[in-house]
Amino acid sequence: MKIVKEREKLKKDYLGIVHTQYFTFAEPSHPLQLKSGRSIGPVTIAYETYGKLNADKSNAILVCHALSGDAHAAGLSPDDKTPGWWDDLIGPGKALDTRQYFVICSNVIGGCKGSTGPSSVNPETGKPYALDFPMITIADMVEAERYLIDHLGIEKLLCVIGGSMGGMQTLQWASAYPDRILAAIPIATALKHSPQQIAFNEVIRQSIMADSAWRKGDYYEYGQPEKGLAVARMIGHITFMSDQSMEEKFSRKLKNDNLSFQFTDDFEVEGYLRYRGYNFVKRFDANSYLYITKALDYFDLSGNYFIPDVKKTSVRFLVISFKSDWLYPSYQSQDIVRALKRKHAYTTYFDLISTYGHDAFLIEIEDETRLVKNFLAHIHQH
Amino acid sequence: MEKNEAMKPDHQIIIDIIHEGAHVLDLGCGNGELLSLLRQYKSARVQGIELDEEQMHACVEIGLTVLQGDIESGLVDYPDQSFDYVILNQIMQEIKKADYVISESLRLGRKVIVGFPNFAHLSARLTLLLSGKTPINEALPYYWFETPNIRFLTIRDFIDYCAKKNISIEQQYYLGKRGRISFLPNLMAQNAIFVITK
Repeated sequence: MKIVKEREKLKKDYLGIVHTQYFTFAEPSHPLQLKSGRSIGPVTIAYETYGKLNADKSNAILVCHALSGDAHAAGLSPDDKTPGWWDDLIGPGKALDTRQYFVICSNVIGGCKGSTGPSSVNPETGKPYALDFPMITIADMVEAERYLIDHLGIEKLLCVIGGSMGGMQTLQWASAYPDRILAAIPIATALKHSPQQIAFNEVIRQSIMADSAWRKGDYYEYGQPEKGLAVARMIGHITFMSDQSMEEKFSRKLKNDNLSFQFTDDFEVEGYLRYRGYNFVKRFDANSYLYITKALDYFDLSGNYFIPDVKKTSVRFLVISFKSDWLYPSYQSQDIVRALKRKHAYTTYFDLISTYGHDAFLIEIEDETRLVKNFLAHIHQH
Repeated sequence: MEKNEAMKPDHQIIIDIIHEGAHVLDLGCGNGELLSLLRQYKSARVQGIELDEEQMHACVEIGLTVLQGDIESGLVDYPDQSFDYVILNQIMQEIKKADYVISESLRLGRKVIVGFPNFAHLSARLTLLLSGKTPINEALPYYWFETPNIRFLTIRDFIDYCAKKNISIEQQYYLGKRGRISFLPNLMAQNAIFVITK
């Protein structure tokens, strides 16, 4: 009896199997205009939804993913039952409570998880776009998401939420479509990429492009530039953690009991980075990594670009940063808050205590849940 | 407003001062008690600044907008005259740069409400005089080794300060043990609330 109850409880807590859906728009006669001046079409967007859209379509929340994320934010994937990347935050009774809200997550354009990107087939040549794919910006990603929201028949989103690059999309939504969202929750993000952030991304790109297997992007017949992409991801993982979280996770622990006095992975931290790097090669397209890091670097909503047209915005903001995040340091979130103060926007800002570095936005679920839940509960009050 | 027995006397006074629909900033808003009352009774548009994370969570739970930060650095980014009222209630004694905070508050608020415990209250004077100990009373309830207060000021100190800085005092309220008083305030009042403008 007890076991049955436990199972029922588990069922309630989980969304079960979720299937990715696809939406194609911008047929060649009406291509999607991009910030670079170029255009692209047709465009396919992979997306998932959780919960039910209510009758007046007022309960929709858009979740935006980070650099290597995808549309599978919650529930279990049909093939290998992998939980979504933010499954701890999305589901029945969770922060984004699917009994109450209709939650949408889509893969960004330029990506490689079902949405149109450099690895997609160019209808004109019948081959993958590779470097013929146009440069994509965060604004272009948001524009594609706007097409999806239109397609779903939603006039106004209750909230847009995301961490890191997802936070940039959230800020872009608030800037481009302030009348189409009620609330925005940018987490661990920035109004513009700093030189340090651009520098890390440039090293990441150079490590991919220095691999001879990259073949100027035309590697699809031969396989990924594995070595370059793995190193690129290793660099990324170092920036996602903090000095303290690395000390706690690895310290100077050895993989075997003694030093090898060879260039093998003696330390656990080395083994971890190699494992992460080579795993990434299996799941992420190297060209997509180039395009998306460039989109991050181009992002700049500073100055008067942030919410430019309205003097007073009615969008309610919840800005969250983490004290140990050195990739997107708290001061960058405070810059967002500063800009919002100048616009007299309703703003709540938390600089949460965490030792996990940039990864905290995926790990500090308890604090995020408490905040997001209470924040969402009062959006309609004003 | 009608007198509400459950309400703190200083909150009651501040609510009476503030006009319907005012735009209010509360510096050191704590758990948001005063702001939620202002929202409820005066439909005020309210914003808080607070440093303590637990207190901030309490604010978000009741739907208040609150910024995490210390008071000194939280003020600079607001444009002039951003608020109808800036509230500095029971916080003056804890602020490091009091002069700076008051002048910044006067810049971004049309009016500033300052509430503080009066260190010259009779019981405080007697304690110091007779027992030679740091006064402890309802308005100053801490021992010296646990108090958050870094400065002590009196009603007369504050009035002198305003005169020196060309700050005009629009209204003043004095609170004794059993409510408002007007007789010998610097001796009889435990708490004072001033409405000041530049």
